[in-house]
Amino acid sequence: MKKTGSQIFVESLKMEGVDTIFCYPGGATLNITDALSQSPEIRQIVVRHEQGAVHASDGYARATGKVGVCLVTSGPGATNTVTGIATAYMDSIPIVVFTCQVTTMLIGNDAFQEADIVGITRPCTKHNYLVKDVKDLARIIKEAFYIAKSGRPGPVLVDIPKDVSAQSCDFKYPEKVFIRSYQPTYIGHAGQIKRAVKLILSSKRPILFTGGGIISSGASQELIKLAEKLSLPVTNTLMGLGGFPGNHRQFLGMLGMHGTYAANMAITHSDAIIAIGARFDDRATGNTEEFAPHAQIIHVDIDPTSISKSIKVYIPIVGDSKNVIKKMLEFIDAEKDSLKDYKEGIKDWLGQIESWKKDYPLTYAKNGKLKPQYVIERIYALTKGDAIISTEVGQNQMWTAQFYKFHKPRTILTSGGLGTMGYGFPAAIGAQVAFPDRLVIDIAGDGSIQMNIQELATAVQFNLPVKVVILNNGFLGMVRQWQELFYGKRYTWTHMNYAPDFVKLAQAYNAVGYRIEKEEDVDRILKEAFANKRPTFIDVHVDPEEGVYPMVPAGAALRDMLLV
Amino acid sequence: MRHIISVLVENEFGVLSRVAGLFSGRGFNIESLCVAETLDPTISTMTIVTSGNDTIIEQILKQLNKLINVIKVTDFREMDYVSREMVLVKVNAEEKKREEVLRMVEIFRGKIIDVSPKTYTLLITGDEDKIKAFLELLKPIGIKELVRTGPVAIARGEKVIKIREKQSKGGEDG
Repeated sequence: MKKTGSQIFVESLKMEGVDTIFCYPGGATLNITDALSQSPEIRQIVVRHEQGAVHASDGYARATGKVGVCLVTSGPGATNTVTGIATAYMDSIPIVVFTCQVTTMLIGNDAFQEADIVGITRPCTKHNYLVKDVKDLARIIKEAFYIAKSGRPGPVLVDIPKDVSAQSCDFKYPEKVFIRSYQPTYIGHAGQIKRAVKLILSSKRPILFTGGGIISSGASQELIKLAEKLSLPVTNTLMGLGGFPGNHRQFLGMLGMHGTYAANMAITHSDAIIAIGARFDDRATGNTEEFAPHAQIIHVDIDPTSISKSIKVYIPIVGDSKNVIKKMLEFIDAEKDSLKDYKEGIKDWLGQIESWKKDYPLTYAKNGKLKPQYVIERIYALTKGDAIISTEVGQNQMWTAQFYKFHKPRTILTSGGLGTMGYGFPAAIGAQVAFPDRLVIDIAGDGSIQMNIQELATAVQFNLPVKVVILNNGFLGMVRQWQELFYGKRYTWTHMNYAPDFVKLAQAYNAVGYRIEKEEDVDRILKEAFANKRPTFIDVHVDPEEGVYPMVPAGAALRDMLLV
Repeated sequence: MRHIISVLVENEFGVLSRVAGLFSGRGFNIESLCVAETLDPTISTMTIVTSGNDTIIEQILKQLNKLINVIKVTDFREMDYVSREMVLVKVNAEEKKREEVLRMVEIFRGKIIDVSPKTYTLLITGDEDKIKAFLELLKPIGIKELVRTGPVAIARGEKVIKIREKQSKGGEDG
């Protein structure tokens, strides 16, 4: 049966099981926009800025594990998606971004609202397409979803010219995808896995170091089994939080620049690191020359380029985390005899780790002022670790990573790799669309929230009761902290003196606004705010010059931490 | 170290810029790049000459493989190969130089493909050493202009780089 490109677009999304798209219209989207008006089964969340659409679909993807989808117009609509796409690319988040394009005849003519978005996004997408013929549209959409979610996930962009969305052809959605040049490796090499297990069982100071790969492969349960079976201490990267329960007694907290003392010391003194789904980012490793000098490293990752990129590893294993951990567990079961010796051998190590944890826990100076860390501790206590938390970028993000204990995967949405300010609010909106009944909280700063604050209108329009807790310190706090430590306290450009009154601003959008200035009000107001069913800003005036500690200065070794 | 890599890619628009963009975006070198269709018109070969230490070359190979349109990456370090490059050189060929140029072309088994009253345009093919030697000898005569294709390479003997799907590898060896 013949269908227009726009109808093919809609039908293809339905075949992919898409229930929600985040969108913004323009001249070039009109054919598709009109076709979607006939399809209420696909929920259409119209945002206020295209960057918000991409972050929202990214938040939707992180919270659900499904592919997030957004649709925007050509030219500026398309270029506004770039930061969102780069954010998803760095964090390996599966989204499909549809941009509309000027008609094929006009491409290359510097037409009105024309931008070469395929060229612009080539280095920040996993793959991208320009659809030149309506006959290719269904196949390309099928491939785009497959590429986005398979292997190491990532964003895929599909650019659809306006005439392509108008032309007709026979439509049959392909049942299968076959891309001869793309076959990700899921099954790890058995010999390598066996070697890895032998190495762990002969180690004296082992540690598990896991990242976002655990979340994207759904390997959380397997990871807990592995850790418990081998009594392994566990540390996470920022992206790995929630992959292992934050309240588990074997958990050391996050490692890296703002990691815990115990995690950074354990990595530094370990003799065997089992890294799974982590890519040894510079914020996690500190100075790579001095990273884990005594350790033999096992590295499990689905992406071969992540292996031995910044840190040379001893046993590389290319494969999906879940599959590989399952195989490890099988091999461990076959090694019952050495298991006893192993457990005996690591006793001192576990004792050492316990004393690091006890002697240098995460803490902050309690000096009578309202501390941002206290606010996060209370959010954790009030939500019992059961909320979906997004963050902006900077101090708010690091305090959240430190003081909120994420019990489950897909409960933290944060821009780890790119560090995109303005990510958290639209991402929270995306998660709230997916889970209308769950408590979704964006922990923000007074700087970051202003980068996508326009999405408050989206939240109000679609009744999305997202809570935004603004840790308002009147500064771009993380940059200010670096100026305090390394630039003689010259707080150039980092004062946020002219922030709006966030309570009035929320009210102006028909949302709810609260202000907290004293510690004794924190619980009462947070409870009230979390209980209401409307989008809510909570403007918390915290100690302006509080810092994030521990801190490993840029370029230093992990063991060289500045403590509170 | 100088290094030849052969990359089989889908013969589609945009693929060359993906490969070139990968090199520039990650700070890798391209010394030369030669692209053309293979026997199968849906596939092109790119022969890339690059340089870097082992870690860099390993990243280049892995990153190339990661591109969705790349079908196969062959590292010529791992095999015996032959490579050839073609060069066109326009040289001074005034009366008294003509004999000498002709002799040199003969010795190097080149060709003269264009003649003017004052110049010859020469064609020569060969491996890196031969071309280097030839150009050195021409220098005193006077090279006016020079264009090179960059080398192409192929495995020695019966070995064939098979045009087949990127196989899901079992894993990496240590």
